[in-house]
Amino acid sequence: MNMEPRFFSLGENAITVEFANEISEALNDRVLSAAKYLDSHPFDGYIETFPAISSFTVFYDTYRIRKNFSEFETAFDAVKDIILNALEYSALSELGDMRTHEIPVFFDEASAPDLQAVAENHTITPAEVIDLFTSRVYRVFMIGFLPGFAYMGEVDERIATPRKATPRVHVPKGSVGIAGRQTGIYPFESPGGWQIIGRTTAELFTADDETPCLFKAGDTVKFYEVEPV
Amino acid sequence: MDPTATRLINILLGNAESDGVLEFHFPAPEIKFESDTQFALGGADFSAQLDGQPIDNWRPVIAGKNSLLKFKDRLSGSRVYLSVKGGFSIETWLGSVSTNLAARLGGFDGRKLQTGDHIFFRSNGVTGSTANYSISPSIIPHYSRFPTVRITPGAEYELLNGLGQETLLQENFSVTARSDHMGFRLEGKSIFLNEGMELVSSAVNFGTIQLLPDGQLIVLMADHQTSGGYPRIGHVASVDLPLLGQLGPGDKIAFHLIPLAEAEDLAVHLERHLNLLKVGCGTLK
Repeated sequence: MNMEPRFFSLGENAITVEFANEISEALNDRVLSAAKYLDSHPFDGYIETFPAISSFTVFYDTYRIRKNFSEFETAFDAVKDIILNALEYSALSELGDMRTHEIPVFFDEASAPDLQAVAENHTITPAEVIDLFTSRVYRVFMIGFLPGFAYMGEVDERIATPRKATPRVHVPKGSVGIAGRQTGIYPFESPGGWQIIGRTTAELFTADDETPCLFKAGDTVKFYEVEPV
Repeated sequence: MDPTATRLINILLGNAESDGVLEFHFPAPEIKFESDTQFALGGADFSAQLDGQPIDNWRPVIAGKNSLLKFKDRLSGSRVYLSVKGGFSIETWLGSVSTNLAARLGGFDGRKLQTGDHIFFRSNGVTGSTANYSISPSIIPHYSRFPTVRITPGAEYELLNGLGQETLLQENFSVTARSDHMGFRLEGKSIFLNEGMELVSSAVNFGTIQLLPDGQLIVLMADHQTSGGYPRIGHVASVDLPLLGQLGPGDKIAFHLIPLAEAEDLAVHLERHLNLLKVGCGTLK
């Protein structure tokens, strides 16, 4: 596996480090350990690290970086250098306790407006889609997009479907969606471009200051079908 | 949405830069000050009047007990910000007093303010002189209903076909009604990559310009989602975010590409100005 990441700017106050454009548990492990390392070894001007699926992004204070690392022409170069060092030093450390969650899902037409389309796209039946979807255990690769939104994978290739060309303006709370080989649950009503194949009543995000998110990166999730009342 | 406006008025009042402020759209509320207060307005010009007297943005103003602040007319911009000396007394959540409307959490009960709401201040009374000073126009963003906004190339900029890059940098785009604090949906000539791609989700930023498969653009704004999977063709230079933040449906944007180093220089330049302002207001720590 090629572990040489690609660095690019995400605006002048952020740098993204991308290992690959693919979903892989090994790369995600790498991302989570790098993020953990950077958080525990902050440099002057460091704001935070956002761990994604196979990339992570470091947000920084451009002014302070330019001031404190003036030997580099740009803040981008300075932070890239810091990250390269961090990648060398951050071993595959303990990522902490991972939990398994079982999530009930309604698959009726009102809850699953794109189920039929996904089925047709793969010339299988909606029941087969449900079966293929619920028979896998998914890993939480990242929390992002919305408070408590967990990106999970990997969805069976036989039902994997790209995002919608035009996102919906309103996706109902609890909607379970697919985008490519990823799956996720909308914690609130929001705009969204994922294919909605079900809905859950599980609460993904609460006002708890300590652990507002039900899921965290590294957890595993299994979906099971329930009949709506 | 207008990060420079909020920083400026907080600095003006001697507050921490990131102290919570109130954000109003037009038509804006009538505010009654229930105690003597020093406050400042910034951002849009909604023709503010205190007890019938016009007051300017960008200067500290004393409101006596029971005085009324009204906003008479939308002259320019979309959002006006109000800060009070010492800040507002709001319970923090996850370290902030901001409101997340989608989650209905944070801020004032996780919701928009309504008639009858009472908001308390952290400090009592008015301190310091209300010197006759205001912020120099040189540091105020050059708001416009049709701004040219500077952008740096995004990861997928190079994957735009030639016409795509030309369109991005030479055409105008309208802010549609499908716009809010999470992002502005723009409407304009279609733009495409050389080939379609499905990107694994990764971080996005305030000011990230995403390209949708239908060829239209979204510019992510202050309450943007933390990640996305659409191609990132550009990022608005942070110094120009206030220009975006004051736009509303019907306004137009043009984009101007600048190198990353220049965007950094602009950001550094702004910080230096803000530091000078802090010195001037006696608040540089």
